[in-house]
Amino acid sequence: MVKKLAVGSLVTALSCLLPAWAWAGGGAATELVVVADTRALSGFNFYLATLYNQDMWIFATWAVVITSALGVSLGLLMDLIMSHVGLDLGKSAGHVEH
Amino acid sequence: MDWLYMHMPIAGVDIFWPGLVLIGYSVGVIGGFFGMGGAWMVTPGLNILGFPMAFAIGTDIAHIAGKSMISTMRHSKFGNVDYRLGFIMLIGTMAGIELGAQIVMALERIGRIGPVVRWVYVVFLALIAFMVFFDYYKAVKNRNKSDDPSHTGATGGVNWAPALHKINLPPMMHFRVANITCSVWLPIAVSFVTGVLAGFLGIGGGLLRMPALIYFIGAPTHVAVGTDLFEVMISGLYGAFTYSLKGRIELVAVFVMLCGAAIGAQIGTVATKYAQGYGIRVVFGCAVLACMISIILKQYGITTAATVIILGAITVICIYIMVIMFRGAANELREKKAASNGAKA
Repeated sequence: MVKKLAVGSLVTALSCLLPAWAWAGGGAATELVVVADTRALSGFNFYLATLYNQDMWIFATWAVVITSALGVSLGLLMDLIMSHVGLDLGKSAGHVEH
Repeated sequence: MDWLYMHMPIAGVDIFWPGLVLIGYSVGVIGGFFGMGGAWMVTPGLNILGFPMAFAIGTDIAHIAGKSMISTMRHSKFGNVDYRLGFIMLIGTMAGIELGAQIVMALERIGRIGPVVRWVYVVFLALIAFMVFFDYYKAVKNRNKSDDPSHTGATGGVNWAPALHKINLPPMMHFRVANITCSVWLPIAVSFVTGVLAGFLGIGGGLLRMPALIYFIGAPTHVAVGTDLFEVMISGLYGAFTYSLKGRIELVAVFVMLCGAAIGAQIGTVATKYAQGYGIRVVFGCAVLACMISIILKQYGITTAATVIILGAITVICIYIMVIMFRGAANELREKKAASNGAKA
């Protein structure tokens, strides 16, 4: 049984990765650079696109910071709303989601 | 009908925004209800909606990072995270994600990214569907056996951890919270493999990492869950960073999906309180199969049918979970009211 599972796992892992490795082995090509077209943009979209075009490192840092901040604030806000409704999910250790 | 389309500033494409909200919301509901991520539907879903594949992967991985923040904080509060194990695993996770992202970029350069990622997804989703249906089959079989008086009820699992702990490859390390001692190369290897898949498919990797933490590394289930969430969060953040640096992320879509996911996660979580029976897993398996079929349709250029199937499947499963929640909540309220009326009388 253990042997069968080991072989099964190995085959699955290889079947997942082999196509990628095989295709990745193609000839060298130049990096595709995507430039955001800011001409028709305004407001927050314009800010994001300009940041993206001007400094990728700052854009990447912002992406991480804003995503984390939004994730935490939305989660806390929803927890607060749910606890007002009478369901405090923060007190449950049993629940998990990925 | 232009108002139904939202312009994505970086990718430069117009996206059907109700689809975006629906995907985010569904990931929240399904993730909250089943306790496992819904990231497997985001990359194919975004691609079907019109995002180039590399953007779909980068956007998915960033959205996962935001979504896992609160769950990780909760588990950290309960002491379920083995930080030493988590930080050691970060070496493998980050290296794996970077390798996955580099494979994606290499595939994009040679113009093969769409088909390759789609077929890998088909294999991956087939594996998930198999696991779900096999799990259901085992549960039904065990239930039938438990009716048999000669059945002891004992169940056996395959645990490779004791054998793997005997590998004496220095440095050896003790992980206090998980209460295990093993070579540091063991968690690094496990996290590297899951990291490559996460970076390549844009998923959190928890679907594979959590069982690996239990069966290969030997962590107790609650520590495996907490530590895995910690990895999902960090891998998501690193994935968001590296895909942003490569210019393959659409932050506007991340924000829209996160808003939907925050609401959906609460509904999914509350619904678990009222869900009964194991049959719900079959519904989940069917959703996975529907997603797989839509990817195949997209691959053959039948985009409209692919869109209808993936959005239809996630809508049906969301409605099903919401019905469970509202029906359960209504029953509970009715019982509470009857109890209070009885007390008054």
